[in-house]
Amino acid sequence: MSEPAISVHNLTKKFHDFVAVNKVSFEVGKGEIFGFLGANGAGKSTTIRMLCGLLSSTSGTATVAGYDINEQPEKVKANIGYMSQKFSLYDDLTVRENIRFFGGIYGLRRAELKERLDWVVEMAGLKGREDSLAVELAGGWKQRLALGCAILHRPKIVFLDEPTGGVDPVSRRNFWELINKLSEQGTTVFVTTHYLDEAEYANRIMLIQAGEIIAGGSPKELKETHIKNPILEVECDKVVMAMEILQRQDWVIETTIFGTYLHTSVADESEGRERIRQTLAENNISVKRMDRIVPSLEDVFIYLIEKGPQAGKAQVG
Amino acid sequence: MRAILQIIRKEFLQTGRDRKMIFIIFVAPVFQLLILGYAANLDVRNIRTVVCDLDRTPESRALVNEFTNSGYFVVTNYTDKISELDYYLDYGKDSFALVIPREFGRKIISGRTTQLQIIVDGSESAFATSGLQYASIIALRYSQNIAVKTFTRLAGSGVSIPRLSPQIRIWYNPELRSRNFMIPGVLALLLMIMTTMLTSLAVVKEKEVGTMEQLIVTPMRSYELIIGKLAPFSIIGMIDVTLVLLVASFWFQVPPKGSVPLLFLLCLIFLMTTLGLGLLVSTLSKTQQQAMMSSQFFVMMPMIYLSGFVFPIENMPRIIQYVTFLLPLRYFMVIIRGLFMKGVGWHELWPQAAMLLIFGTVILWISIVRFSKKVG
Repeated sequence: MSEPAISVHNLTKKFHDFVAVNKVSFEVGKGEIFGFLGANGAGKSTTIRMLCGLLSSTSGTATVAGYDINEQPEKVKANIGYMSQKFSLYDDLTVRENIRFFGGIYGLRRAELKERLDWVVEMAGLKGREDSLAVELAGGWKQRLALGCAILHRPKIVFLDEPTGGVDPVSRRNFWELINKLSEQGTTVFVTTHYLDEAEYANRIMLIQAGEIIAGGSPKELKETHIKNPILEVECDKVVMAMEILQRQDWVIETTIFGTYLHTSVADESEGRERIRQTLAENNISVKRMDRIVPSLEDVFIYLIEKGPQAGKAQVG
Repeated sequence: MRAILQIIRKEFLQTGRDRKMIFIIFVAPVFQLLILGYAANLDVRNIRTVVCDLDRTPESRALVNEFTNSGYFVVTNYTDKISELDYYLDYGKDSFALVIPREFGRKIISGRTTQLQIIVDGSESAFATSGLQYASIIALRYSQNIAVKTFTRLAGSGVSIPRLSPQIRIWYNPELRSRNFMIPGVLALLLMIMTTMLTSLAVVKEKEVGTMEQLIVTPMRSYELIIGKLAPFSIIGMIDVTLVLLVASFWFQVPPKGSVPLLFLLCLIFLMTTLGLGLLVSTLSKTQQQAMMSSQFFVMMPMIYLSGFVFPIENMPRIIQYVTFLLPLRYFMVIIRGLFMKGVGWHELWPQAAMLLIFGTVILWISIVRFSKKVG
């Protein structure tokens, strides 16, 4: 790997006595889609805001696009695009005016601006709506327009802070296709999210909890490292009661509710199937279906978060 | 530079699209000036007066005529009973009562001293003070005339009596019309309110909506952002000055006597302080509501009450007089009134202009530093 797009060493942010981000270190390669995951308040946004120059760090260093965030913030800003979960374009300007404004701020020349305007309109599916006010656009369009405005100047790195909040599933899917395209063109994408299904799109993932990184790797690596036992998805009635019963069994490693099903982790698949069916039957709970499933990231994260900060200790970077 | 132009263009686009804003910027000032130009009138004329003439002689009627002929008093009620005066004053039917005692005429003719009772509604003190002054002048003139007549009669004709008659000239506002005095003040006030408020709101709005963040992550420098934000409001402020000037000159016939270009130049210097204060308020506020409240309580109220717009600074206690030196509007009031009423120029006004320039530079500098720190 050549020089990384983002390189972070012991980055720390304190708000008075509260440590929001604690000595975080990692690297992001060029062209990578890097997913930064964690619960609300875990330190995702604080980290991204420090990297974009919206917040100064308490200690530690970081370079973005090869420039130090504390010493050359203007150089950093010229090379990045940023989009936050809050739709932050001007509601009272039209699509065209918003694009022109941000293009102008980034110093695009007239011809280039024209070309990028057409590109954003095409990309965001806003053809024919160039003169609608931004406030009139529905969530998915707004979000794609915001992404368009953030990458008008073809930045090397794009930071997306929970970009898909409040957007419908179809739009979310389209959005991720756009992000994949950007990555194919060599743009590095640094994205925070708390939708775990979205994290599967990332090349590499890092999980942050209470300001500290607790695990990292590709989705596949994470699943293989942390989930070694087979997981059975159980469809049955009285789910809560079933969970409580299974939790009391010493041969059950772990069991949690996923929607209306149970995910139960056992040491051996066939033995586990037999015992679950038997135990639940003794308690008058009928099992409708039981399948071994490929663990999702959600399984991994629930496992990691329940174990706490000591769980992962994975080498990241 | 390009970034600054982009911000200015955007600011005008947004303002132009907001009908309420257009109204506030261009219609409200003219409206306010019209209303204040008529309402802010401290002149005392046509004081409603109740007369209780217990004498009913030619002399007493002559006195009442003196009052009505002066133009300051109108007799709206007559009564025969002193006890009824309470009714007229309590209910606000009249604010002035004139009681002429019995024997008034006879005592005057026989050369004896007599008294005249005047009752004033003191709940409006400015009104009462001027009313009393007019009344004593009228009474004095009346008794002077009697004295002269009596003396002439006793001494025979051909005797001249020395009298001192003051020749009073009132400069700058010969008719002592308070409108001439209020209109320049209103102009100053409108300019201050408009620019302070608009600036603080425009910056806080971007913070509230989240667009400020989007601007901060661009390579634009904070000074570019500030200039881009302040320039449109200076332009709007100057348009307002022009509008108000037109209304003052052509509607109220109160044109500035001094140089108009100088007026605009000094308005621009004054704008440095108001824009700076607006920016400062915006760095201290998180929401538009907060910005509105703080600019009203901490900027506008003290300026309105202590700048000399309403109350003469000379009448204030010493300590408060010192406080007024901290208010930019105080200096601008002197400038604008001087330009409007006295027609003075740079020669007389430079000390005030210098103070404004110092204040403007300091306030603007503090707010820019604060603002830049805030945005990282």
